[in-house]
Amino acid sequence: MSDQSTPTRPAAIRFLLVLLPLVAILGSFVWIASLDPLRSFNNGAPPVEALTVERTVLDETGIKVLVRAGGSEPMRIAQVAVDDAYWTFTQDPPGPIARGASVWLRIPYPWVLGEAHNVALLSNTGTVFEHEIAVAVPTPEATAGQFRIQALVGAIVGLLPVALGLMFYPAMRGFGRKGMNLVLALTVGMLAFLLLDMMAEAMELSAEAAALFQGSAMVWLAALASFLLLMAVGRWRGQPEGLALAFYIAFGIGLHNFGEGLAIGGAFAAGSAGLGTFLVLGFALHNVTEGIGIAAPILRIRPPLWTFAALTLLAGGPAVLGIWAGSLAFAPQWSALALAVGAGAILQVMVEVGAYLLRQNRDGPAVLLSPEVLGGFLGGIAFMYATAALIKV
Amino acid sequence: MPADDIGTVDPSRRALLVGGLVAAGGAAIAAGTARSQTAPDPMAGHDMANMPTDPYAAPMSGMAHGNMTTVGEVDHARNGFDPTAMLTDWDTGRTELLPDGRTLRIFEVEAIDQEIEIAPGIFFPAWTFNGRVPGPALRAREGERLRIIFRNNGSHPHSMHFHGIHSARMDGVPGAGLIGPGEEFIYEFDAKPFGCHLYHCHALPLKRHMHKGMYGLFVIDPDPARQTDPALAAVAASRGLGTPENAGWQEFAMVMNAFDTNFDGGNEVYACNTVGQAYMNVPIRIDKSRPVRIYLVNVTEFDPINSFHLHANFFNYFDTGTTLTPTLRTVDLIMQCQAQRGILEFSFAEHEDGMYMFHAHQSEFTELGWVGMFDVRGAGA
Repeated sequence: MSDQSTPTRPAAIRFLLVLLPLVAILGSFVWIASLDPLRSFNNGAPPVEALTVERTVLDETGIKVLVRAGGSEPMRIAQVAVDDAYWTFTQDPPGPIARGASVWLRIPYPWVLGEAHNVALLSNTGTVFEHEIAVAVPTPEATAGQFRIQALVGAIVGLLPVALGLMFYPAMRGFGRKGMNLVLALTVGMLAFLLLDMMAEAMELSAEAAALFQGSAMVWLAALASFLLLMAVGRWRGQPEGLALAFYIAFGIGLHNFGEGLAIGGAFAAGSAGLGTFLVLGFALHNVTEGIGIAAPILRIRPPLWTFAALTLLAGGPAVLGIWAGSLAFAPQWSALALAVGAGAILQVMVEVGAYLLRQNRDGPAVLLSPEVLGGFLGGIAFMYATAALIKV
Repeated sequence: MPADDIGTVDPSRRALLVGGLVAAGGAAIAAGTARSQTAPDPMAGHDMANMPTDPYAAPMSGMAHGNMTTVGEVDHARNGFDPTAMLTDWDTGRTELLPDGRTLRIFEVEAIDQEIEIAPGIFFPAWTFNGRVPGPALRAREGERLRIIFRNNGSHPHSMHFHGIHSARMDGVPGAGLIGPGEEFIYEFDAKPFGCHLYHCHALPLKRHMHKGMYGLFVIDPDPARQTDPALAAVAASRGLGTPENAGWQEFAMVMNAFDTNFDGGNEVYACNTVGQAYMNVPIRIDKSRPVRIYLVNVTEFDPINSFHLHANFFNYFDTGTTLTPTLRTVDLIMQCQAQRGILEFSFAEHEDGMYMFHAHQSEFTELGWVGMFDVRGAGA
């Protein structure tokens, strides 16, 4: 504060000074709305219409879809055709759909197990919004049995590989300086792959979301915010290392596995036919490096045994939650948001592990280009890329 | 218009682990037993209530294939035309006697832009003749002089191109009767040959002017006096609208058309006389004691052919209606390419009372609206 600070004004004056622009904003909005200056641009064109299908449920009553409207005016769904046949349907709630609002459409259509169906929604202007059901299977219901099966799959793709990776811990404890550098660089490389993978996935999902969610901006901003917040929290009491850093890595990886779970759950819901065992093995191999990465910052300390269980749960457990959420409440914008938050978390641990690596070496930034660090980093990326081929179908 | 593509999870994205789970319940989806129809209920279908309840077997309780229908009703009053009334609403114009003793028949037709409801809740920005789609079903008699006074009150150039015999000047193509908005043109020619014909706007691009709704039936009844064979003369007489010989017939004007509501070069709604499923909602009443004659034309754009299939009965077909003996005998299905037309003759005299379906036998057209019912009953029933 300089000496020439503004003399304090009475509270009433300060309040008025804030109120004035607010009133002006409100007044101009009312003025613009009543004047409708765009009226002269009205060329008789029909209103812009947008309709996004966010969920599809197939059950013994037929097909249900959750659709969100995003047009310039409230939209009306006049007819529904499934596979080029007009079909009865009910809309809940009925009537015009306001911009941003969503409704359920129930179509008592006798869908055929394992086959594809095309749902066409016709608005009152005759605009057609098509939605493809690639493989029709009953949507999983929220039953105990269903949850158990999904939890098992989640444990196999999330918990098991992290636990297996952590089992390298005793072996890695014997590593020297260069070995340590290699493991840390490998971790950063692995994380770099996950970061790219998550962002790509988030962008892809966000493209499917309704336009008003501004998918691309939402993903970048959520990732940035998540990164900044986690950096701030992480450095609350100095730079994280050791067990704290391991927990941050586990948290970031956990968010990644949550996203992986969402995709698997979504595949359950969308009825993707499977490669089963082969895919599960692919996931296990792909995610083993996650355990190694979590173990990297705690090689110099001797943490109690329970922390390994906690780290495994934190990193792998979200896969189970993700599968549950993905199969029950799938909407592309929320999945994209979760993945973006995860990407921010991954970036945070990349920075922190990188900083930890630098602190461990006295020769400064030069260590980054040493054979073991560069090799570890590129090796981590290459390993993730190669094993990802197993799970990309 | 954006044909928004929207989706659930891309199945190829990740992890497709459900195969084995699904396989368990696999083959259990079987057709339900068809419910026997005691009443002529056009909407009754298969009942699938007895399906197994295996969660992966796609059970369908409470569902019926009879749900294949549009939802709601079209406001015919707002459209200004009713598909049921259009079946028998022939436009015979007005007549004058020419100095040489021939009849001069005068029609007045106006091109109007009008939004029409083609299926419940779906509005189409049509170009119309006289505010209706199809345009007025013009009907004249062989040998008459025809004068069609055409005014273009639409927003684009239009014409009336008649399928008939006339001079090049009267052909309704650019340079010969194609007029701009606000203009008027008088087409004049003799009514020949007799048959079931059509007219349509021939402004370019033709496809757009056709599918926007500018077409109609143009029927020329044969003159019995020109027939030397008494049997053929009797057939000709029976076709003469308003004659005692014609009074025993039930005649219907049917135009098979379709609408491309999102202008992507494919039709969204198929119909007979414009309104999808109109004759499912209001079946066509048939007095079974009288024979039926249908003047049928196909003006569907984009799809090369359309067809007419009659259930539980067979008919004779006179392609283009230019003969008095059938060109096809005892068939229950005919095809028509774009602008092809003909006359169908059949009788329900020997049939039980009931609902008899008719539709295009391209199932896709049927299920997108081109389907109807004949409500066949005795004279007083």
